[in-house]
Amino acid sequence: MLSSYIKSIGQYFIMIFDMFKRMTKLSEMRRLIMQEIDDLIVNSMGIVIFISFFIGAVITIQTALNLSNPFIPKSLIGYAARQSIILEFAPTFISVIMAGKVGSFITSSIGTMRVTEQIDALEVMGINSLNYLVLPKVIALMVYPFVIAISMFIGIIGAYLAATYGGYLSGEQFLEGLQDEFVPFHVAYAFIKSFIFAFLLATIPSFHGYYMKGGALEVGQASTTSFVWTSVVIIFSNYFITQLLLS
Amino acid sequence: MIKVENLHKSFGDLDVLKGISTEFEKGKTNLIIGQSGSGKTVFLKCLLGLINPDKGDVYFNGKTYNDFTVEQRRNLRKQMGMVFQGGALFDSMTVEQNVTFPLKMFTKMSRSEMKNRVAEVLDRVNLVDTNDKFPSEISGGMQKRVSIARAIVNKPKFLFCDEPNSGLDPRTATVIDNLIQEITHENQITTVINTHDMNSVFEIGEKIIYLEGGKKAWEGDKDIIYKTDNEKIADFVYSSNLFQKVRVAQREGL
Repeated sequence: MLSSYIKSIGQYFIMIFDMFKRMTKLSEMRRLIMQEIDDLIVNSMGIVIFISFFIGAVITIQTALNLSNPFIPKSLIGYAARQSIILEFAPTFISVIMAGKVGSFITSSIGTMRVTEQIDALEVMGINSLNYLVLPKVIALMVYPFVIAISMFIGIIGAYLAATYGGYLSGEQFLEGLQDEFVPFHVAYAFIKSFIFAFLLATIPSFHGYYMKGGALEVGQASTTSFVWTSVVIIFSNYFITQLLLS
Repeated sequence: MIKVENLHKSFGDLDVLKGISTEFEKGKTNLIIGQSGSGKTVFLKCLLGLINPDKGDVYFNGKTYNDFTVEQRRNLRKQMGMVFQGGALFDSMTVEQNVTFPLKMFTKMSRSEMKNRVAEVLDRVNLVDTNDKFPSEISGGMQKRVSIARAIVNKPKFLFCDEPNSGLDPRTATVIDNLIQEITHENQITTVINTHDMNSVFEIGEKIIYLEGGKKAWEGDKDIIYKTDNEKIADFVYSSNLFQKVRVAQREGL
């Protein structure tokens, strides 16, 4: 059991190393990257905006309902919403959601190519299939912090609307809290996390798809396993990054 | 020409290939036949370099993989075409894009030159009005033709086919067989076909190798396979009632 995990971890790092060998023609690589940006980033924007808006709103309502002490200023609700959204919700929660959405898509598409011998076809032609299939995904997901920035913005909009239209506090109070003790490094921290999560989001599902064996059923199983492992590694690395950058 | 010398391959305790030696000649359709589990696919993958043999060598025009530099291996692969059992067409690409793919990746042809070459090859495999269709929108027989077109578009010197007519009706299977043979003769390609199909054996078997238990049990061609006294190959080839009757008729000179 343990040896198979160690073997898989070794295989994962070998995959990352091999991904940079025998580079694909530049014009084709450019086309693949644009295609992946469309598939992985643009097609995920809808769900990211939807979730961000409502989670932002719920964070505000929950905070407001739990702050019953009259000595605590109402503006703290805006402050708490900002901190929750920027520090954890946007970079981490959205990344776990993306592990389900983008991760499953990557594993199933590469897994299906493995089952239907399309990866063998690339190899027979002399193409490095890892470079052709995985590297464009890694590069495309480097714009992932942009998704997180949008998630932060929409989350705060949701929080503001829930606060003001829900009658929990005034718009001025919310904005005051939003600007209170703002630490710009927290945004940088969120983007650093997002870059690391983006790399994990591209490579772990690719690993599970690329090295899968079997047929259609195994493609489904690989997608599930890839979601579980991507989420676990994101949560685990979130702890270390936070300890490293904020403590 | 491809020469295979004493090829061995094991997976764990299972010996799949046990010292196969043979030659595949240029301009001929060379068939590998045998029961399921006899090592045909592993043998073909060793020829393609997708699996490294444990022992033995495969020579392409006198040179083995080990003699080549990384760049030479890459160039050798550009000279290979492969028709996979399921076609292995790229789902996200149209028929035209699938066939253009090797040209885009490995040549410096202009767009118009590529278009002309693809039109020429699609015409050669009798595919019309399918350029903009996706693999899921065409029949199995058409997919095989697209796969053949993609395999030959870059004018390969070696063509490998893994059960090219499996899952096809007998008429389409014969068309595909004849197409592969014609292309082999026209372009003087060394073609190696992995098949279960006895029609293919009698139709295009210019050289036939019968594998059993990872070993070469018989070697010959379609003209002598009728007369063979080798019981193993006779049991395999004439396992159906129809072929048994054909054999009896052949022997009685009917």
